[in-house]
Amino acid sequence: MSMENLEQIVASAAQDFAAVTQTAELEQVKARYLGKTGLMTEQMKLLGKLPADQRPAAGSLINQAKEQIQAALESRRAAMREAELAEKLAAETLDVTLPGRGLAVGGLHPVTRTLARIETLFRSIGFDVAQGPEIETDFYNFTALNIPDNHPARAMHDTFYVNADYLLRTHTSPVQIRYMENNAPPLKIIAPGRVYRVDSDATHSPMFHQVEGLWVGEDVNFANLKGVIQDFLQRFFERDDLQVRFRPSFFPFTEPSAEMDMSWGDGWLEIGGCGMVHPNVLKHVHIDSEKYLGFAFGLGVERLAMLRYGVDDLRLFFSNDLRFLKQFN
Amino acid sequence: MKFSELWLRSYVNPPIDSAELSHLLTMAGLEVEAMEAVAPDFSGVVVGHVVAIAPHPDADRLRVCQVDVGVDAPLQIVCGAPNVCLDAKVLCAMVGAKLPEFDIKKAKLRGIESMGMLCSARELGMAQESDGLLLLPSDAPIGIDVREYLRLNDNLFTLKLTPNRSDCLSVTGIAREVAALTATTWQLPVFDIVPVTAMDVPAVAVTAHDACPRYSTQVIRGINPDALTPAWMVECLTRSGLHAISPVVDVANYVLLELGQPLHAFDLSKLHGSINVRMAHAGEMLTLLNEQTIQLDSDMLVIADDLGAQALAGIMGGAATAVDSATTSVLLESAFFQPDMIAGRARRLNLSTDAAHRFERGVDFAQTNYALARATQLIVAICGGKASAVTEVQNQLPTRVAITLRPARAVKVLGIALTHEQVGALLQRAQFDCVDAGDVYHVTPPSYRFDLTIEVDLIEELARLYGYENIPAVPPVAALNMLPSTELSRSVDSLRHALVGRDYQEVITYGFVDATWEADLAPNSAPVALKNPIASQMSVMRSTLMGGLLDVLQTNLNRRQTRVRIMEVGHCYLAQQVGYDQPLRIAGLVYGDVQPEQWGVAARVVDFYDVKADVVAMCMPHNVRFVAATHSALHPGQSAAVYLGATQIGWLGTLHPALVQKQGLSTAPVLFELAVAPLLATSVPKHGEISRFQAVRRDLAVIVTQNLTAESLLEEMLSAKIATVTDITLFDIYRGKGIDSDKKSLAFRVLMQDNQKTLTDTEVDAVMAQLMMLLQQKFNAQLRS
Repeated sequence: MSMENLEQIVASAAQDFAAVTQTAELEQVKARYLGKTGLMTEQMKLLGKLPADQRPAAGSLINQAKEQIQAALESRRAAMREAELAEKLAAETLDVTLPGRGLAVGGLHPVTRTLARIETLFRSIGFDVAQGPEIETDFYNFTALNIPDNHPARAMHDTFYVNADYLLRTHTSPVQIRYMENNAPPLKIIAPGRVYRVDSDATHSPMFHQVEGLWVGEDVNFANLKGVIQDFLQRFFERDDLQVRFRPSFFPFTEPSAEMDMSWGDGWLEIGGCGMVHPNVLKHVHIDSEKYLGFAFGLGVERLAMLRYGVDDLRLFFSNDLRFLKQFN
Repeated sequence: MKFSELWLRSYVNPPIDSAELSHLLTMAGLEVEAMEAVAPDFSGVVVGHVVAIAPHPDADRLRVCQVDVGVDAPLQIVCGAPNVCLDAKVLCAMVGAKLPEFDIKKAKLRGIESMGMLCSARELGMAQESDGLLLLPSDAPIGIDVREYLRLNDNLFTLKLTPNRSDCLSVTGIAREVAALTATTWQLPVFDIVPVTAMDVPAVAVTAHDACPRYSTQVIRGINPDALTPAWMVECLTRSGLHAISPVVDVANYVLLELGQPLHAFDLSKLHGSINVRMAHAGEMLTLLNEQTIQLDSDMLVIADDLGAQALAGIMGGAATAVDSATTSVLLESAFFQPDMIAGRARRLNLSTDAAHRFERGVDFAQTNYALARATQLIVAICGGKASAVTEVQNQLPTRVAITLRPARAVKVLGIALTHEQVGALLQRAQFDCVDAGDVYHVTPPSYRFDLTIEVDLIEELARLYGYENIPAVPPVAALNMLPSTELSRSVDSLRHALVGRDYQEVITYGFVDATWEADLAPNSAPVALKNPIASQMSVMRSTLMGGLLDVLQTNLNRRQTRVRIMEVGHCYLAQQVGYDQPLRIAGLVYGDVQPEQWGVAARVVDFYDVKADVVAMCMPHNVRFVAATHSALHPGQSAAVYLGATQIGWLGTLHPALVQKQGLSTAPVLFELAVAPLLATSVPKHGEISRFQAVRRDLAVIVTQNLTAESLLEEMLSAKIATVTDITLFDIYRGKGIDSDKKSLAFRVLMQDNQKTLTDTEVDAVMAQLMMLLQQKFNAQLRS
């Protein structure tokens, strides 16, 4: 036994470890050096043959050599684990740009989207949402709104009739009446929904959507109506410079009545009708028109959607062409 | 209402230009729908006189004219128009003239010098086509600018009037309004009353005195049937959109436009006996001026003679007594009919006349005789003849009651600070008869206004005159209260969003559908039908949303879409004993592959269970049940009634193969339709104890006959309500090898747990044995080994 011999064994072990490519092989090589019959064990056996005074020094050298071999083995093991992991990772690498599995996501109709926006804005100042039937009685659609039989305003409405008493509502205004019959002022509602008119061309659909608004209280006035509409339009279009213009008009259920125009580009666009609730309408629902004042307005939902999203043909909304609808997803 | 600006300005002429006038009217509620120039811009065209004419030496179709335009020497102009002739008064564009399409320069035509051009109406942009030169009357003054002579510096206004402003259905009515808006003066036409000649006139009675408070007639005899309507009147009518017909008719139309009073002229020689204004007898027949023969209702007012009804009062005259080219004597009628006695009748008869339009909105009852005098004056001036005295039958005219107007109320309603004095000044501008009573005004509405009955009507007038544009936008001030928000229900939008999250695209279809859809799909042989549908395929109200969805599917397949996943939220309409049930429903249709064509998943056509999962997810937190049931639109073996508790809320199924074929579809779409309302109810979540002990899972596989549903077994096991069983789920179905062909194997996963202790094997085994026994007893199920 000599130092040289030990150094050779250590060097040879390091060499052998490095040459190994399989984990199992590494264990065999390890056995050759560190196993029961391995080279280092043999060295230990030789130790007994040395004189007693040399044994501690030689033993220490053998142990150092064993530790070196052990360290070389660990290092090789770690390197091989790392290499294997790297190989595994490389093998498992995906093309992350491939589409995911499973369903895509659909979308809401632009009219629904617009209605939701309108509801959110009006709710933010305390308007509740009310509903009413689409097959409506002549009474609620006309008479209760101060439009008696034979009134010329009825001709303006181009009504679809079901029979003498029932019709398809021509506006969402009947919801005002139904709501006021069951709720005492002060009250603030909007009533979104489908309405029907006998009319069909590029700018008219026989079915379309309106949002009715109603605020009845002790201190609401015409200037407030303008304030609410202007606020709504500025928020809806996200433009602080939008102006509202009122023009005198006529609706039997409001007095004063106005057409609402909105500044748009260089001109004005008509966006709906409004006014102070007519005393006769309040009388119908037993609200004291001396004590309470109210304002009401009706907005065309498709009109707002067209302006907001740049749609130029009303009929597109009801064509239900998926290529059109998916633009709003 | 269409009228010429120049005509209006002959009654009121405020110092504003045409654009300002248009804005003024629109902002006063008389919406200007259109304003168009009578003729496009051109200049340098004067009235010329053809004083000599000679053939062109080198061109057959051209002639060389000498045209006097009022300067020293006539102009030599080469003209190709077929109707050019000696002595004609023509429109002569001189050198330097600017016409709408080109300018006039000195030119040589086939070697002959031409110093201008004689024009047709088309060349001046006044007509689309012309046959030749526009020839002028022989009295046209030579050399005058034709824009001046033909009054071409004029605009045509078209107003869209609201039904309350019948007072503006005449040019003088608009003049009165403009005067009020601009604080200028206006005037009615001034004319000399025709002297009266004593003569026989028919007796006039008004039986329907409530319907006809004033009825005035005047006879004119000896009119010249060959007289022509003067050019100025023809031009006025034309610019108001009317055609000239004959002098008497034209005068009636002219006065209608000028004063707003509808008049009617009977041919006196065709009337028999006396006149009576009465209600029609039910079933009485009358042939109108337009040759339409109508059957009258008893609520229609007529003008009758001894032979019967001769005119439909306030709407249209009769054919039998119409003025024609041989008429030499007329009975002119000017009346006030109560608006509600005329309203709606014309519409009922499908008629639309200028007279009815005015009478049903209200005609100035103070102007009846003035308008009659105006018409008589014009007829006599144009056609000659002698006029009788006016026969007037007057009953109770409408009363105008003074309205109390409180300026403080106006301030409260309008939200603008108006003083008592400002209110007074506005009322004065409106030319209302008003009395200042210190703190209030007493205002008597004029006879021409039918829309002023209560205080707020006057407040609107104040706002109009103050200017709607000047009313500020003021945010309201109100108590701040939060809106209630409940957890006991959710919004319809939450259902929509659930489906959107599962790749559904929302659509919106019409509420009215094709009757055959209802018959095929609902099936509904008696749907709610419209009396006046816009088209046959939109004639009945839907009782199911399926038709609309199938239609949208077709639309998109035609546009080469291959995968369609759509849903709609909408009302359906069902007739009831009284009224209509109009439930809100949510429906979906899925067609084509389950997923978009994809690298990672094999393409597969959607089936019942794919859509069932969507329905279940959408209904969560409600657990809906599916019970095999048949529906005429759905595959009998692949359709289910959907239940929430004990109530059926809708359907799910594959489209019936017969309909798949009828629609020409290559695969069957899967559809569902559920009532929305039951799905919206929710509850406030309540926390319960979570067990600290291990849950135990055991599987139970049983063999049963094919026709048993999985749910029936599940229900049987759950009905035992074993306290430790927390969940039972079906996880496998097996048919085939090892199992009889009329049998199937169902495998359930049973989860057991106790809140107090860990379950022992003995306890677990006992539960499994109990479940097996239940299935064995009820369904003769065998344990699959």
